[in-house]
Amino acid sequence: MIWQFDIIILIFMVLAAIIALRVKDLLGATLVFGIYSFLICLLWAEMGAVDVAFTEAAVGAGVSTVIMIATVFSTARRSRD
Amino acid sequence: MKLFGFIAVIIVGALLLAATGDFPAWGDAGSPASQGQVSSFYIEQTINETKVPNMVTAVLADFRGYDTMFETVVIFIAGIGIIAVLRTFGDQASKAPDGPEADNDSGDLIVRTTCHMVVPLIQLFALYVIAHGHHSPGGGFQGGVMLGASYILFALACGLPAAKRRMGERRAIIIAAAGIIIYAGWGVACLLLGGNFLDYTSLDPILPGDEQMARSHSMLVVEIGVAFTVTAIMFAIYSNLSTRGRLEKGL
Repeated sequence: MIWQFDIIILIFMVLAAIIALRVKDLLGATLVFGIYSFLICLLWAEMGAVDVAFTEAAVGAGVSTVIMIATVFSTARRSRD
Repeated sequence: MKLFGFIAVIIVGALLLAATGDFPAWGDAGSPASQGQVSSFYIEQTINETKVPNMVTAVLADFRGYDTMFETVVIFIAGIGIIAVLRTFGDQASKAPDGPEADNDSGDLIVRTTCHMVVPLIQLFALYVIAHGHHSPGGGFQGGVMLGASYILFALACGLPAAKRRMGERRAIIIAAAGIIIYAGWGVACLLLGGNFLDYTSLDPILPGDEQMARSHSMLVVEIGVAFTVTAIMFAIYSNLSTRGRLEKGL
């Protein structure tokens, strides 16, 4: 575990979380969620939890993003919030 | 209201941050989780009792086989629930403005060609992840999700009708149910040979190798069952969500 690497990943994760909440375009928010999943997958792989990282990459970053994109296309692209 | 939410988030976040100070350090051998008898038993005895190098899979598929079986059932029920809520039948398909899709292999040529080259590689790697799950990271859930994702990629590139010819709705549900039958049936086979439910050592007479190897082989069988269910349910969820349950033309 390299702490400099950790700090960089954590900063990007916080940024991705804030962007995903603030952005009005739901498709963009979905993609930022995918980035968030990949970052947390990176963090897990780096801490040695390879099985969890694998699951996160496959389920969280892969299929969840596709399913959320499908939902965005079936509903509304812009958030009115 | 927004300000109230912000204050609540700040307070809860500060409490959580303060609580992390009490956590044991990363990789600390003296942490409570590593001190208990259960975890030291898993760490020391897994390789002797099951001949499986990957402890995570051994705990998932053998020591806690019940847990994993019902997790698979949860995935199955979630998929069935999504199909039940979203799937629509009747004349809505004929009322669709663009009518039946004459060209089944719709989409861009470059995308289709790349997809035809990439999908077999993804599926081969997914099968490797499933089959090698008890020796390296991976297993039924990860491999199953990757197999399902390869079908989703195919549906995205070549259109849902083309993907439905490979993995129709009926076939997906049958495969999903077959996965659970494989898992639970393996437990029943243990019962028939005189052991407890999911007690793999009792399968020693019908599997090659000794009792420990029987547990190793059984993990493979069980993970294949999990992969069946996960693959079919992932594709069923995608195809229902992307077409609002009409299953005619994807994204």
